[in-house]
Amino acid sequence: MDFPWLSALVLLPVVGSVVLLVLPSRRGGALPKLVALGFSTVTLVVALGLTAGYATDGGYQYTENLTWIKLFGAHYSLGVDGVGLTLLLLTVILTPFVMLASWHDGDLGTWGAKGFFAWILALEGLSIGVFAATDVFLFYVFFEATLIPVYFLVAGYGGPTRVRAAVKFLLFSLAGGLIMLASVIGLYVESAKTSSGPTYLISELGKIDFSTVAGRWMFVGFFIAFAIKAPMFPVHTWLPDTTEAATPGTSVLLVSILDKIGTFGMIRFCLELFPEASRWATPVVVVLAIVSILYGAFMAIGSDNIPRLIAFTSVSHFGFIVLGIFVMNSQGLSGANLYMFNHGLSTAALFLVTGFLISRRGSALISDFGGVEKVAPVLAGLFLVAGLSSLSLPGLSPFVSELLVMVGAFVHSPWAAGFAVPAIVLAAIYILWMYQRTMTGPVREGVIGMRDLGLREVASLAPLLLLIVGLGLYPQPLLDVINPAVKHTMSQVQRSDPQPSVQGEAHQ
Amino acid sequence: MSASFTAPTIEYSTLSPILIVLGTALLGVLVEAFAPRGRRYLVQVVLSLVGLVAAIVTAVMVFSRLDPGHHTPKLGKVAAMGALAVDGPAVFCWLLVLVLAVLSVLLFAERHLEGGVLSFAGQAAALPGTEAEREASTRGLEHTEVFPLMLFAVSGMLMFPAANDLLTMFVALEVLSLPLYLLCGLARRRRLLSQEAALKYFLLGAFSSGFFVYGLALVYGYAGSMGFAQIAEAVSGQAGSQGLLLGGIGLLSVGLLFKVGAAPFHAWTPDVYQGAPTAVTAFMAASTKVAAFGALLRLFYVAFGGYRSSWIPMIWVVAILTMVIGSVLALTQTDIKRLLAYSSIAHAGFILTGFLGIRSLDAVVPGSLTGVSAVLFYLTTYGFTTIAAFALVTVVRDGGGEATHLSRWQGLGKESPLVAGLFAFLLLAMAGIPLTSGFTGKWAVFAAALSAGAWPVVIVAVLMSAVAAYFYVRVIVLMFFAEPVGEGPSVTSPSVLTGSVIAVGVAATLVLGVVPGALIDLLGRVGVFIR
Repeated sequence: MDFPWLSALVLLPVVGSVVLLVLPSRRGGALPKLVALGFSTVTLVVALGLTAGYATDGGYQYTENLTWIKLFGAHYSLGVDGVGLTLLLLTVILTPFVMLASWHDGDLGTWGAKGFFAWILALEGLSIGVFAATDVFLFYVFFEATLIPVYFLVAGYGGPTRVRAAVKFLLFSLAGGLIMLASVIGLYVESAKTSSGPTYLISELGKIDFSTVAGRWMFVGFFIAFAIKAPMFPVHTWLPDTTEAATPGTSVLLVSILDKIGTFGMIRFCLELFPEASRWATPVVVVLAIVSILYGAFMAIGSDNIPRLIAFTSVSHFGFIVLGIFVMNSQGLSGANLYMFNHGLSTAALFLVTGFLISRRGSALISDFGGVEKVAPVLAGLFLVAGLSSLSLPGLSPFVSELLVMVGAFVHSPWAAGFAVPAIVLAAIYILWMYQRTMTGPVREGVIGMRDLGLREVASLAPLLLLIVGLGLYPQPLLDVINPAVKHTMSQVQRSDPQPSVQGEAHQ
Repeated sequence: MSASFTAPTIEYSTLSPILIVLGTALLGVLVEAFAPRGRRYLVQVVLSLVGLVAAIVTAVMVFSRLDPGHHTPKLGKVAAMGALAVDGPAVFCWLLVLVLAVLSVLLFAERHLEGGVLSFAGQAAALPGTEAEREASTRGLEHTEVFPLMLFAVSGMLMFPAANDLLTMFVALEVLSLPLYLLCGLARRRRLLSQEAALKYFLLGAFSSGFFVYGLALVYGYAGSMGFAQIAEAVSGQAGSQGLLLGGIGLLSVGLLFKVGAAPFHAWTPDVYQGAPTAVTAFMAASTKVAAFGALLRLFYVAFGGYRSSWIPMIWVVAILTMVIGSVLALTQTDIKRLLAYSSIAHAGFILTGFLGIRSLDAVVPGSLTGVSAVLFYLTTYGFTTIAAFALVTVVRDGGGEATHLSRWQGLGKESPLVAGLFAFLLLAMAGIPLTSGFTGKWAVFAAALSAGAWPVVIVAVLMSAVAAYFYVRVIVLMFFAEPVGEGPSVTSPSVLTGSVIAVGVAATLVLGVVPGALIDLLGRVGVFIR
């Protein structure tokens, strides 16, 4: 067996967080931060190495498979395809830059900087596990386990409402997770009825044809959990509250990485395991997605609180992603997959740059700002680029993905596309209007003398923005990785009713 | 006509775990009579531990003779002239009860927390608040009788899940209950509360035993026999009046559901859990549930298995009611012991969900997950988690003894990150977060129930798990993110006795959450009743 690279990727950050805990604790000391940054950088390097060795059309790669709990049919089974690899890359790329950007954010929290960075590392490892798991049981374990670090990151570090927000986040997620548990158990029951016995391997489950009723019930359980996670209207209310209370770094990890589990899960489980039920649910899901797109955009326009505003833009963007997934054609799915990566980058840049802004002013309200571009031009410039990427300006990476989703939606139904299109205008309003009110105009009282970005802050932002520009001009490498995976998903979705063919095989 | 008497044959070696525990308890009574007061503590603790460990060793030997390595249709044998069935589930319950009993003895023997004396009343006969009580306290008197009392209860708990006829089951029920009533009233602090708890428990317990006996009589009237095998035969033969059988099943289940703390017979649980000395609560919460569920499983699966279409709807209702009442009422609790009591009610509901996983034997693939193995697995996970949780409750104290009011737990994370962290871990386990045993346990019982088609119950169970998560999280928030009230809680560092209980409980919670495979596979092989 080859070296278990994916296990190593999961374990590296987790080991790092344990190492951090046993380091000598001196409040304000830089050692834990450096160690944490070191671990996440090594993780990044290893992941980049794996990407270099990844064959773009080879299906699941770097696979590992051990039987874990035989009676449950659970396996310790890892592997990445194009979808998993891009999200795994997103995770490992964002984590070190989030650390760099949040260098001082953890100092005053409940457990100090050491705890902050240890939780971040733990979260990184578990997120990698989520995206690499090819066994539903293992996925579920990682999925739920990620809640614990996020809960403590939100509750321990951040604004005055953080404890309440953290509990809200946790309860929403746990409720979704428990509903999903019923479906996960349903998979066991259904797979136990087959001749090969219970299994949770996605590759095996994909071959089973669930009865219509069972498939739809299980689909609903999975979908509710992922809709909460993503988050979609009407179960999105936890997200604005959480980003308002959390530190910018935590918000990045939450929105850019963890929420992707929702849309990732929709592709990997809802579409690939329950194609019939997915087609059955498409009308409802598409409507919900469009409502999310428009509702998120309008709420963003109306928000005076910057992190809440960004949260609502994400609700809107996740609406696009879900729309792309459930129109079930290759343009839409490619767009959705690409969007997940690009939204991660652009939202991360936006959260981080506004985080710098907010920490300088001591207020998160747009109405407290004005004329920042005169005192802090670098900050304003980076803010503008991040904002433009969020409104999908051509030439920046989210544009390509949004366009693909629109094309997919149009192919599916011109109506769906027609309702989604206004969101492009609305996005311009919420971003540019925020820019106008905060950056332009006369310099407000609290803004006078605001420091511009320092070297560390620029260093944490610049690579993300470079990636956004680079992938905006040349998205092909990512599409090369994504498209084979999309093809696989499409083949799963378009499985013609296979009941007769299974019987045919039995006769042979 | 010459009366011939056939001496009953008793399989002494097979039954040795029960006999050893019973013998040790009797020896303990003699120790009370003859050993000088100063030595009794040490002698009793060592004697109890030696007795229990010897019982564990013999139980392991009995277990290995069941030969779970091979697939045989019948594992185990009927012993003591049909009175006891020594099969996989029974011996597994034995082992579990015995291990939990060892941990309980360690909790009982803790003297460090009360400044050198046991946490039981110095002189139970002295009225609270009288001169006699103060004298007992200044003289440092202790009731070392708690150890033999506990062993008597353990012997009853060993007989209970193995009982193969109704009469033996009733005797076991009483043997396990009577010492517990007494132990509940022996708290050193808050003695009125403790005595109230004991009285409530005794009255309601006696009442429920009455129901049990009445049901026993009706079933005897129906089947003409006390033995489970004969009852099962009568049930499948549809002989006699169905009214007698239905009434009998209903009344018997009142007696058993009372013991497991299922709704609507749960009302005693919070009061008794709160009032009893915490060590006794831990013992009760962990071991009684094992024994009572073991007995419930055998009675319904073996004796009434052929009649399950009639009693399954009743268990559906009881399971749903138990989960809803336990989870919802726990939301309003302000005392940690009451909160854990309501959580134990909710867990009883989850176990009952697994209990619904009964399927006809030919529908079950050999070696797959059955209702029996799921319930036994859940009992194992719950027993260790809960005993560790109550052990942690004993170390959070203030001037008046244990600080059980939730407001006294505020800010515990700052006072003692270790205690708060461990308690948070156990709470997450009870909430069923993955990588803890609570998750694998929940998975097992839900999967068993769903396999048997009880999906409405599973959906309620899932929703109630979400409700339950809220009050567990509330405690975590209190401990880590709330400011202490007044001088705040203090954590008294316990002796190695309580410490090792906590360590074992937490370790089991983690191990069974991460690598439960071996135990689950074992239970898949042995989780079959003999008939």
